[in-house]
Parts: sequence; structure tokens; C-alpha cells
Amino acid sequence: MGSAQQLHLGVALDGAGQHPAAWRVSGVRPAALFTAAHYLAHAKLAEAASLDFVTLDDTLALQPGGEEVVRGRLDALLTFAAIAPLTSGIGLVPTVTTTHTEPFHLSTAVASLDFASRGRAGILATPSRTEAEVTHFGRRTLPSEVDAEAENAEVVDVIAQLWDSWEDGAIIRDEPTGRFIDREKLHYVDFEGRFFSVKGPSITPRPPQGHPVVAVYGDSPYAHGAEVVLIDEVRDARVRFPDAKLLAGLSIVLAETEQAAIGRRHALEAYAPFPAGGLSFTGTPADLAAELPRLAAASGLDGFHIRPAVLPDDLALFTAETVPALQAAGVFRQAYTGTTLREHLGLGVAANQYAEA
Amino acid sequence: MPKQVKLAAHFPGVNNTTVWSDPRSGSQIDFSSFEHLARTAERGKFDFLFLAEGLRLREHAGEILDSDVVGRPNTTTVLAALSAVTTRLGLAGTLSSTFNEPYEVARQVASIDHLSGGRAAWNVVTSPDAWTGQNFRRGGFLKREDRYRRAEEFLATVRELWDSWAPDALVGDKENGVFARGIDRFVHSGPQFDIRGEFTVPRTPQGQPIVIQAGDSDEGREFAAKTADVIFSRHGSLESGKEFFADVKRRLPAHGREPGELLIMPAATFVLGDTEEDAHEYAREIRYQQVRPATAIQFLEQVWSRDLSAYDADGPLPEVDPDPDAEPLTWGRVRHEKDPLAVAAKWRAIAEEKKLSIRELVIEVTARQQFVGTARQVADSVNEYVQSDAADGFVLVPHLTPGGLDAFVDDVVPHLQERGVFRTDYTGDTLREHLFSR
Ligand SMILES: Cc1cc2nc3c(=O)[nH]c(=O)nc-3n(C[C@H](O)[C@H](O)[C@H](O)COP(=O)(O)O)c2cc1C
Repeated sequence: MGSAQQLHLGVALDGAGQHPAAWRVSGVRPAALFTAAHYLAHAKLAEAASLDFVTLDDTLALQPGGEEVVRGRLDALLTFAAIAPLTSGIGLVPTVTTTHTEPFHLSTAVASLDFASRGRAGILATPSRTEAEVTHFGRRTLPSEVDAEAENAEVVDVIAQLWDSWEDGAIIRDEPTGRFIDREKLHYVDFEGRFFSVKGPSITPRPPQGHPVVAVYGDSPYAHGAEVVLIDEVRDARVRFPDAKLLAGLSIVLAETEQAAIGRRHALEAYAPFPAGGLSFTGTPADLAAELPRLAAASGLDGFHIRPAVLPDDLALFTAETVPALQAAGVFRQAYTGTTLREHLGLGVAANQYAEA
Repeated sequence: MPKQVKLAAHFPGVNNTTVWSDPRSGSQIDFSSFEHLARTAERGKFDFLFLAEGLRLREHAGEILDSDVVGRPNTTTVLAALSAVTTRLGLAGTLSSTFNEPYEVARQVASIDHLSGGRAAWNVVTSPDAWTGQNFRRGGFLKREDRYRRAEEFLATVRELWDSWAPDALVGDKENGVFARGIDRFVHSGPQFDIRGEFTVPRTPQGQPIVIQAGDSDEGREFAAKTADVIFSRHGSLESGKEFFADVKRRLPAHGREPGELLIMPAATFVLGDTEEDAHEYAREIRYQQVRPATAIQFLEQVWSRDLSAYDADGPLPEVDPDPDAEPLTWGRVRHEKDPLAVAAKWRAIAEEKKLSIRELVIEVTARQQFVGTARQVADSVNEYVQSDAADGFVLVPHLTPGGLDAFVDDVVPHLQERGVFRTDYTGDTLREHLFSR
């Protein structure tokens, strides 16, 4: 079975699940969404199934909607930092918005998540395009979509330059010469772009993975340079992104029988429709396991970004039944074979752009 | 009950306090170092762990300084990660009010307060220099005079955000479909910030996370008197501590505050020995490790603003005087002395009187408050400083990463507990409770 294509699986841990009414049917208390324990419990489920990574959505504004939807959230990167020391295998990929946050802070924050998780950090880099976020900062006008995307691309470039600005082995602690660092191995990035400039070097040494994994959504023009692309539009995906690890968004509603799954879906839809975008599956964990390799092969996908409709319910069934079935079919790892997120995803060692070849 | 001592642990990171040449010195970056210090501080029932912040690597004479420990992780990320490996310890981080925006700082500190169950503190600093600004979109736009104006409005704005969710806004009524109700729009319109909207974080366990101030000017002290919960000061000696304490506490009534509402916690180093002589000998060794010949010359160059590399650190002070008009040679270290000629004159007098070489002089003039002695003696001194109102407690700065606090916790804390001036266990869950409940 070793020749079967190996899938990569990430899971979205947003709110009480992907469906807007998930919080009403989940056994989880709404207040739990503002604790570390909630995210730890779900990340542990994903880790026990040796999934590649979990994601956590974020914006610098309140979620749209009224009283009946989940509103409010903690900083996603800090939430994952708070579970990093208590997990050991699962990749941690928070959304960070690049439009208002300083690239320098972003770079050190992700590097530090990589240190705290010992090489399991990534980011889902997203520009912010809402007027609400603009008025929360009050220092610029709403960027056009093109500008926001271009800036996102610049930020992603610069944070990687900052990660590289300390070469590996820059800390030498050389007693005879009294030098703590070899400053030949530190580099000013001297970035001057359209939107900002950064001098560098970083204040944080190069993180364990060199480059924590940068993921973007497939609707971003920058996606062409990214290592991991999360796509909602599967058609032609491989053609559009020939080199990236492609994971298709897939919302799931699971139950032991197909009828029960459809019943769960209807119960949720009685409150609100499912959010648009991405694939969706309603059925049994076993049928889902049969479906995933087929879908991946048909569309040239590397895997899926699973979006459980309700947490922990759909994640629990997915990890308890779908994953073992995928393992039995030889299309998913039995256990982690590496320790870093780059290793899980089969990404090579990140080259340092400043190091001499 | 005697006045209770407050204790915090400073992570020994970037500076020449940190002795990297000691074989016991570990990584200042790896998370395990932070975890070790945090667990030790919590074992010692400390009020909080404290992280400083630097946003650009220090430079000297146009080059990155390579003689001291440099490199540190991001403050808020480390604190959030530490919330996972501690349960009671306060988690205090420095975040500049110059190179951040209120919405983000409010959100990060509030997030840490939630994630830690009410243990977050923010040390508001006001770094003014354009040199650091080269790392930020904001650049170096802020004039020195404006930094406390921005800091004050920044903090006020952050507090408006923290207060904008009603305490009971998180309704969570599944039956009737009410997740949250009572999220007020904030509107802040002032000279520094003109922002409005909705905050994303519910009211935190502490309601208002703890605010610390570190900055020594008259404006800095006024800012603290008006609004901070704790001052992190550099006035660690008995005399200057008493003066600072009295000065700051005197300012409180004008802001409608009681002396007990603002705690003064100077930075302090400590060296322990089995005997008093051992401790002093060890302290002397540490000073020579901290101030190597190159460090001594660089330190002098900071004041002289001249290239003094031709001078021998073991020889006498240079005959030339500082260049009062020159650009500083060192960037990234706060200068508390404003008049270089006066400083040089003072140092010459000290060197002459005590017959000191450059290196010896630097060791002498850069000595900060050091508690040196046996564990019992150090406990007695700490307590004496607190009972005589030179401080409310200390932010202890060990010289070794990450094990530098172990001996203090194991040996000194029990003496303080015996004297009834330090808690034997936490009595509350939040940092605010540790600091302010009697
Ligand atoms: C004890 C102490 C600790 C400080 N720690 C920091 C720090 O970690 N990061 C920083 O950028 N500035 C730090 N500062 C600098 C202050 O925020 C401020 O910029 C500086 O003291 C000048 O302000 P002043 O004129 O009011 O003293 C510290 C200052 C003091 C006195």
C-alpha cells in the first residue's frame, strides 16, 4: 500500500464549529470559547489522530452577524501559543492579518510560536479588507483589494527575510574573543517596499523550522508563491497552483448513519444556512474515508482542510472513525514520522536566503 | 501584620547583566528557559514574571553589539505560552506604546488575561527613538516630548476597549439564540487616536489587567502616579529608593489615589553565598564576567561619544573629554545621564579617589542594587528596604539563564516567609489579587 498517495489533513477550530448555529447544539459552553482549555482539547483530538495541523481564524474586528452568532474571539496566534507547550505533534497555524499589524511584530510572534512549539508553527496570512478594521486603527484608509493583496505579499516576503536575518549558528558564545554572536551571520534586511520599510535584523533568532509554514487562501494572488494553499474552488486547482501543497476546504457533518447525518444537517439548517464556499460532506465517517482519496486523486489535491460543522462532535467522529479507515487504506500516516510541521507536510528544509551556498 | 514584600522575576535576557560565559548559562531563546524561570518563580509564590522588550538589536560604533547576550522572542507569544505551564504566576510583558496601536495591545493583553485566567500585566514603555522606528511602519515619527502624551492617551484608549463589553455580555442562551448582548461601540476621539468600533474580546477575568510603568522622568512619574498599578524602577539603593518612593507616593493624592494603589518595585540583582565572604567574592567574580575589557571601553564610549578603542581597559581614564555634541555611539540602551561632561567629571573624581582603572571604574559606576550575602542576610535586607519604604518589593534580575532564580526561591524565600512578610501560598487566583488583596 506504500504507493498510495498520502493525504495531508488540517482542521479548522473556529468558534464552536463551522456552522453559525454550532454553539447552540454543541455540548460546549459558549464561555469556553474564551479559554485555552477548549482549544487544547480539540487540538489534542487532532494530535491523537496525527493530523498535520489545526487552524484558527482571526480578524481584528468582531464577526459580522447579530446576537445569534458567535461574536468575539481571542487573538488566534496567542491562543495557539497557549496550547503549544501542552501539545507535541500537531502543527499550529493561526490566521494573522497583515494589513494593520506591524510585519516586524508578526515575524517575531510567529518565530516565537515556532520556538514554543518546537517547530510546529505556521501562519495563514490574510489581508484585512473591512472598513471596521480600518476604523479600529484609524491611521489609514481602506486599501483597495489589489493593494491589500500586494501588501500581504510584501509582508509575507519580509517576515521570511526577518526569519533569515539570523543565520543558523549565529550564536557562538566564543569565550576567547568575548563574542556572544558572530555578527557576520546577522543581516540587515533593509526592505523598502511600496507600503512600508523594515531595517532589521530581527530581534529573534531564526526559528527551529527556519521558515514556519506560510499558508494562504487560494483566492489570494500571493498564493502562487506560497507553500500551502487552502482552496475553496477545486476545479483547475492543480493547474492554478502547480507547486503548492493544495488542501481543499471541506465542511463535514457526520453521523453513524447517513440518515442521521442528514438529520443533523437539517437541524443546523433550521437555524441558518451553511456558509458558502468549499466542498461539503454529509454522511458516515466510513463513507467520508472512501470519498477523500477519490476526491484528491480526481482533482490533484494533496489533502483537505476539514471544517467540522460542530465541535467537538464532527471532529471526534472524524478522528475516531474516518482517520483509522484512511490509515487502513494506507493513505494516511499511522503516527507522526517527523516532529516539525514542515516534516508533516513533506516540505523540505527551508533555505536561508542570506547564507552562503 | 508587617508590610508584605512583593516579588517578581525578571527573565535574564539581553544585556550585560546576563553572564553567558558561565558554564551553567543556557539558552535565552528556547522556550524551556522561560518555562524553567516561570516554574521556579511560581514555586516561590512570586507575584509575577517580567519580560522586558527591545525592538532593535543594539549597535555600537555602527555595528551590532556582539559582546552581550542578544536575541529574544516576542513578548506576548512567550507570555501566552507560559500561561500553559503555570497556574497562579502573574505574567507581565513590556509593550511599547510607540510602536503599537491601542486596538492590538488591548486585544493581546486581554487575550493573555483570558488564556491565563486573570494573570496578565502590561508594562507600558515609551521608547522615543527614530532608530528603533526604522523597524516599523510607523517609523520614527514621534518626538521625544510627545511620547508620554501618546502613552497616556494610548493607555486610556486601551482601558476604554477593555471596558467596552458589559461584564455579563456573554449570555450564551442556547434556547433563545443569544450568544452575546451588550457589546458597546467604543468611540475614542483625541489628539493621538481617532478610532471607533467594537472590541473582539469579552471583559477579562481581571476586568482591567495590571498596568506597570517603567520610565523615570518627571512626566514618567506623573503618568505612573495617575494611572499605573506598579512602577518598575531603577532606584534600588536604600537612599535613592526612599527618595523615589516618597516622590511618587506624594503625587498620588492629586490624582485621587491612595499610596497603596501604586506599588514600587525596583530592579535588583542578588548574589548568595554560604558565608558573607563567599557571597562577596562570587559577586566580584560576576562583575568581572559582566564587564570584560571590551565592554568597559564600549561603556565609556557611550558617555564620551568618541572612539576609545586605543585605550587599555586596565589603564587610567582617557585624558580627552567627551564630545558633548557628537551623535551617540551606542544605540538601543536607555541613557539616564544627560550631560556627558558632568558625568565624565564625576567619574574622573571617583577614579582618582579610589585609584581605579577604566574597567574597575565601570564596574563601580554600573553597580545596581545588589543584595549580596547569605540567604538570611539577603532576606533581612530585602525586608528592611520594604519596611523602611524604599520599595514595596523587587523585580529580581538573576545573572544566569535560566537557573539564576533557583537559589533565591529555595533559600531566601523561606526566610521571608518565616518573618511573616511573604506569602506561604497564593491566596487568590489573579495577579490583581496577589498584588492588592490583604
Ligand atoms: C527600570 C526601567 C526599565 C525599562 N525597560 C524598558 C524596556 O524593557 N523596553 C523599552 O523599550 N524601554 C524600557 N525602558 C525605557 C522607558 O520606557 C523610557 O523610554 C525611558 O526610561 C525614558 O523615559 P524617561 O525619560 O521617563 O525615563 C525602561 C526604563 C526603566 C527606568
